Formats: sequence, C-alpha cells, structure tokens
Amino acid sequence: MLSRVANSIYWLGRYLERTENYARFIDVNFNLMLDLPGDLQEQWEPLILATGDDSIFRSKFDRFDKKEVIYFLAFDKDNPNSIISSVTSARENARIIRENLTKETWEKLNETYHFVKKGAERKEWKKEDPRAFFESVKNQILLLYGLADNTVARTEGWYFRQLGLFLERADKTSRILDVKYHILLPSVEEIGSPLDFLHWMALLKSVTAFNTYRRLYGNIDPSGVVEFLVLNKYFPRSVFYCLKEAENCLFKISGSNGSGFSNSAEKTMGELRSKLEFDDVNDVIETGLHEYLENLLVKINKISDKIDDNYFQIKDNFVSQLNRQG
Amino acid sequence: MKFEPTTQPGFYDEMYDENGEVRHHCIKFDELLKNSPKKKLNRLQFAADKAQMAMGMTFNVYHDKQGIEKILHLDIIPRIIPGSEWQLLERGLIQRIDALNHFLQDIYNEGKILKDKIIPEDLILGSKDYLEPCKGLTPPKGIWCHITGTDLVRDKTGAYFILEDNLRCPSGVSYMLESREIIKRAFPELFNRLGVRPVSNYSARLFNMLQHLSDKSKPVIGVLTPGIFNSAYFEHSYLAQQMGVELVSGMDLLVKDKFVYMQTTKGLEQIDVLYRRIDDVFLDPMAFNSDSLLGVPGLFEAYKAGNIGIANAPGTGVADDKAVYAYVPRIIKYYLDQDPILNNVPTYLCREEKDRRYVLEHIEELVVKETNAAGGYGMLIGPKSTKEEHEKFRRLIQANPNNYIAQPTLSLSTVPTIIDNQQVEGRHVDLRPYILYGKEIEVIPGALTRVALKKGSLVVNSSQGGGSKDTWVLFND
Repeated sequence: MLSRVANSIYWLGRYLERTENYARFIDVNFNLMLDLPGDLQEQWEPLILATGDDSIFRSKFDRFDKKEVIYFLAFDKDNPNSIISSVTSARENARIIRENLTKETWEKLNETYHFVKKGAERKEWKKEDPRAFFESVKNQILLLYGLADNTVARTEGWYFRQLGLFLERADKTSRILDVKYHILLPSVEEIGSPLDFLHWMALLKSVTAFNTYRRLYGNIDPSGVVEFLVLNKYFPRSVFYCLKEAENCLFKISGSNGSGFSNSAEKTMGELRSKLEFDDVNDVIETGLHEYLENLLVKINKISDKIDDNYFQIKDNFVSQLNRQG
Repeated sequence: MKFEPTTQPGFYDEMYDENGEVRHHCIKFDELLKNSPKKKLNRLQFAADKAQMAMGMTFNVYHDKQGIEKILHLDIIPRIIPGSEWQLLERGLIQRIDALNHFLQDIYNEGKILKDKIIPEDLILGSKDYLEPCKGLTPPKGIWCHITGTDLVRDKTGAYFILEDNLRCPSGVSYMLESREIIKRAFPELFNRLGVRPVSNYSARLFNMLQHLSDKSKPVIGVLTPGIFNSAYFEHSYLAQQMGVELVSGMDLLVKDKFVYMQTTKGLEQIDVLYRRIDDVFLDPMAFNSDSLLGVPGLFEAYKAGNIGIANAPGTGVADDKAVYAYVPRIIKYYLDQDPILNNVPTYLCREEKDRRYVLEHIEELVVKETNAAGGYGMLIGPKSTKEEHEKFRRLIQANPNNYIAQPTLSLSTVPTIIDNQQVEGRHVDLRPYILYGKEIEVIPGALTRVALKKGSLVVNSSQGGGSKDTWVLFND
C-alpha cells in the first residue's frame, strides 16, 4: 500500500473517532447539567480543559458559557479538533484516497459532512436543546463503522484505519476521565455525595459504559470506574483494550508473529500496553489520576509519531506540493 | 400539468423536426415526456441533483470564493442518437485517430509530411507542444494517442462536424459513466425498451488497453494525478477505483536505474504503466519544466528505456493544436489515402494571408480562437461581441497572426432541456465521445453531452455555466 494512502487511512480513522467522541462529550455534559441541583452553576469549562484546546478557547471567548463551548467544540473552524474540523479533515483524507474506499463509505461520509455543515448554518449551538443533532452525528459515524465492518476486506488498509481508530479512542477515553478531575465539587465534603455520584454516572454514560459497569462492578465508586475505563481487559473503550487492539493492528501490518517487536512503533506500543496490562488501580491512584492520564496521553502521542516514522515518512511534503498547484 | 417542449426556431433540434414533429428515434421518450406530470419529472430531476451531491461528483473551480466544489448540472432529459448515425461517427472517429497516430509517429521520426510540404514545418517544429526530447522515439506498440475525447457539433442541417481533437488528457468520462447510473434510476423502464447501448464496461476496456502497454502478464498500473486540487480529481480517483489500480501522485513515485517505483508501506514496488492526467511538461522536471513539483524526476529516461508505459504518450499535444486541426483532412488523405468521413468546421488560418484578410473583414460573423488556449477562454464570438471587442481582436490577430484561427459561427443543434422546473426548451449541445486505442481502436458507445443552459448561449464549458446530459446511443434506429 502506498505510504501516502496508509497515512490518509490512518488519519481518516482518527478523525472519524474524534468526531464521534466530541459528539458524545457534548451530549453527556448536557445531560449532566440537566441533572444538577438548580443552585449550582453549570460547568462547561472542564470539557474544554479535557480536550486540551483551552488556550485557543481563551483567546476567543471570555467565559465558559454553554453556547460558546458547544459552538467551539462542534462548529468552530478555528478549533482544529471541533466536530466540523474533524469531519472535514476526515472527508479530505477520504477524498485523497477515495479509490480505496467502498462507494457506500464515501457516500455516507460525504452525507455526514454535509449534515454537520448544515447544522452550522442552522446555528445549532443556539438551540435550547441541541442533543438531537449530536445524537445524529454519533449515529452516522456508527453507521459508517458498521458499513466498514461488513464490507471492507481485512487487508493492510483496514488495519491502518483500525489503528487510527483505537489510538484515538484510547486518547479520548483518557481525556473524558480527566474531565472528572477538572469538575469542581462545591466542597471537599461533597466527595462521595449524590452530586459526586451523578458525575461518575455521567462519565460512564459518556462512553456507553454505564450498564456494563453496573453488571460487572455493581457499586459506583471512583476506583471502580477508573479501573474499568483504564485497565479493563474486555470493555472496548477502555484504554488497555484500545491499546491491545492497536498493537494487534501493528502486528498485522508488519506481518510479525504477535510477540515482541519488529520496529520502533511496535516497541513503544508494546511498552505502554504491557504497563497497563500489569498495573492495577492502586498504581493509578498512587501516581495520581491526573498525572497517570497525562502520562498516557504523552505516550500515545509518541506511538503515533513512531507509526509516522515507520510507515508514512515520505520524501517530500505532499501538502506543499498540492498547494503549489492550485 | 405536463411539460410542452418548445424548440428554438432556426436551429436543428435533435428530438423534434422543424414542424414540431417528434423524430422517429425519440418517439418513446417523447411519449414519456408528454405523459408525465411536471411534478414527477421535477422530482426525478431533484433526485438526480441529490445523487450527484452524495456521490461527490464535483469539479473544482479555481478562484471561486464560494468554496471549491461545484456540481456539473445533469439534465435528466437524455440526448438520443440512433444506431446508424452512430456507426458513421464511429467509422469517422476511428479513421481520424488512426491518421493522427500516424502523424505523431511521423513528425517525431522521419518527418515525411513536413518534407512533402503538406504542413508548414514551422507550424509543427515551432509549436510549444512539440517536445524535442521525443524526437526519434517510438512509444510501446507504436501507439501515441491511447485515449481521445473528440469534440463534435451539429449544424443547422444536423450534419456532424469535428470541433476539436483532444489528444492530451481529455476529461469528462467519469460524468458519462456516473450520469448513466443516475439516469438509469430516473427512467429504469426505458433503457430496455429503447435498446440503449451500455457504457459501463468502459473501465474494463480502459484497463485492458493500459495492460496492453506492458509486456508483463500482470503489469502494475497507476493513474497519475496532480492531486486533490486539480479540477478533475474526482475523475482520477473514480477511474482508479473502477479499474482497481493505484492512484498515485508524483511524490509517491521515484525512478532508480531507469525503473519507476512506488513508495509503499513495504518499501519500493515497481510500476509498469501510468495513465497520466498531468500535462506533458509537468511529467518530469529533468526532461521538461524544471519548476514542476508534480512530476517524477527521471520518468522520461525510464520511458525512453522502455521501462514504463505512459498513456497518452508525451508529445501528443502538438497534434491537437487549433492550427494543426485545420490540416487534419490533409493528414487523413496523406497517410490513409482516404477522404475524411467526418468533416472539420471550415477554419481560417490567420497565418495565411488570404485567410487573414477574410477574417479581418468578416470578424463580426466569425468565432476567433487562440490556437493554444482551452476551455472557452481567449476567444471571440463575433456576432455576440461589441465593436470595441472586434477591434481589439483585429489588433491581436495582426500583432500575432500565427496565434489565431477563425471559424464561422455555428448554429449548434439543440436538445430539449428542463429549465428552472418550469418548462422544457431546446438548448445548444456538443458531443464528446471517447476513443480508446489499444489492440485496436474502439469508440465507446456513449458520450459526454455538454449543454449550454443559458438561453441562446453557445458556450458549453463547465467552467462557464454549462451542464450535461446522458447520451443514449441506440442499437437500432
């Protein structure tokens, strides 16, 4: 497979997953705010902090107002990770490699793009309740996944896309967990209170983990949720699960036998995966949740760089070439 | 409410004759048109627009602030061509491509036609499209023009004329293919009843033709695109996908020891045939334009060594120059000793004194074209221009006569077209069939029909407000 094509497929995977996660973030925070006791102020700042784009936000807005946060996360083209930016990037990558996609995948993605654009034109963020829009974005991405699952051959391209998807998801699950760190409780006494409980529940719901968690763990308590979302071996959105799947994609791509490593991407990936495999929740708490998650994000970025070094490094800069032409 | 089609008096309408009677080969479509409620046809048109949008059948318009992607409007009323008429076109096009291929081989090698003074030597050797590096070269299997999209028009009497030979990288074939898919959904019942010849195997034929350029049994083939910002990018990726071959850009390729390789996740892989959609001079910065960032350094050396097939062969552009066009009837006569089956539009060469005098005196009746401009740019439509514009072109012609040709203003034929969901009126069309030259020369039984949507307009280019129609070639009459 052409390096350039592999690169675009990988980023297609990442941007689609990013779009879906952002739609979840907004949906869940919205729900959470509806559940809050009336005398508490809505908190939209933690969402921005978790995405790591707070400096761009601050340069544009004075306060973390609901409508402005929703606008920023969903429709702001100045935010490179907003839904509209991500879905545009996904589509641009798909356009570059369109000959590698099934007709249905391309058409559905194209529709999703136009749907988000229309949402921006309709100023969805000004609506009292924009949840239907985000629900719909999420469902359209899931439909794309379903299409791919049932129509795409399990060859190299598939694994590059899954690799992008799972790395992105590992990143986003870490970040959504970090939101909890940033949400302020009115006082220390509130830890373990119904309000605290509401937060953890919302968090689980944001990754569609609530029911599964209940069945597996029963009581909702912080260490259970952390263990579930970071270290669980079976839940498809836990950080460990995502890294394990991503590692497997790397093995399929290099054709190696599924142990050890044959290049630096596999090495970095394997190191992080095995750390999570043998950590327990006490290791996380000892390090400090926020610090632990920050470390994860740094490592995930490093893995992405190594993938780039090993598979996508191309002798010239594609974008600058393209731009010369126009 | 039904549509009541009207025609433009004084022009040849392809569906209705001068008395408003439907032409024989259009009877069944006319019935459908007149028996369908307006609403139903408008709904079909709406569905077609939507399908185009979903398919992303877009082309890019440069310097347009509205966003770069636009859709080429597809009118759902087809243009229908009876079988016998098509056979004539087919024979004429095969003859023309055959002759032009001989011509290209000749001018890059012995140059007999120049020595025999059939064509002025300076017109060819002085052309910017004549590629010195191709001198003495015979491309694989002796084929130069593998893919051609010849433009034709019909006059007041309905006779066909060749307007342009597009021998470089003619675009639009993806519209022919995708439009057919959309129109099949609009009129599913008609295709069988009318006996419309299918076009869907174009990609397979193109693939076979490209394979033929290599001696390997399973050559690696790629479509070479300038990239996503090119106006025909949709088509490049579409064709690569339909053929199941790689879509490559210059930066994916490199040349080592005169072999061409693709850069893949598993290292270098040799590539054997390129269907290039990049202009000649951008192909290889070492052989041609050294500023080009689109091409592949060393590609031309690999080509000369016979290690890569390139379609169309570099150097074909010289034969579709608007001035060379005027000589094509003589080219056919010279190489094939036949009279042309399809006529040229009469053409005045401003480089020849007698013609030039005529052009300067009759400029208000003529269409004046620059010899090496494309896309309807750099041209004057005499009857539709002001005195100042006439004067400007007179000066341009006198300053640089070699650069201009002129033709009588053609009364292009019309085909009924849905206008603003309100009425069906005749609009001017041209015709671009596609011809492949592999083991033999074959004409695909279909075409891109471009239509000028503005009333009275003769300019069909997509960049200047044109639309398109599906072209139905019938098995019978």
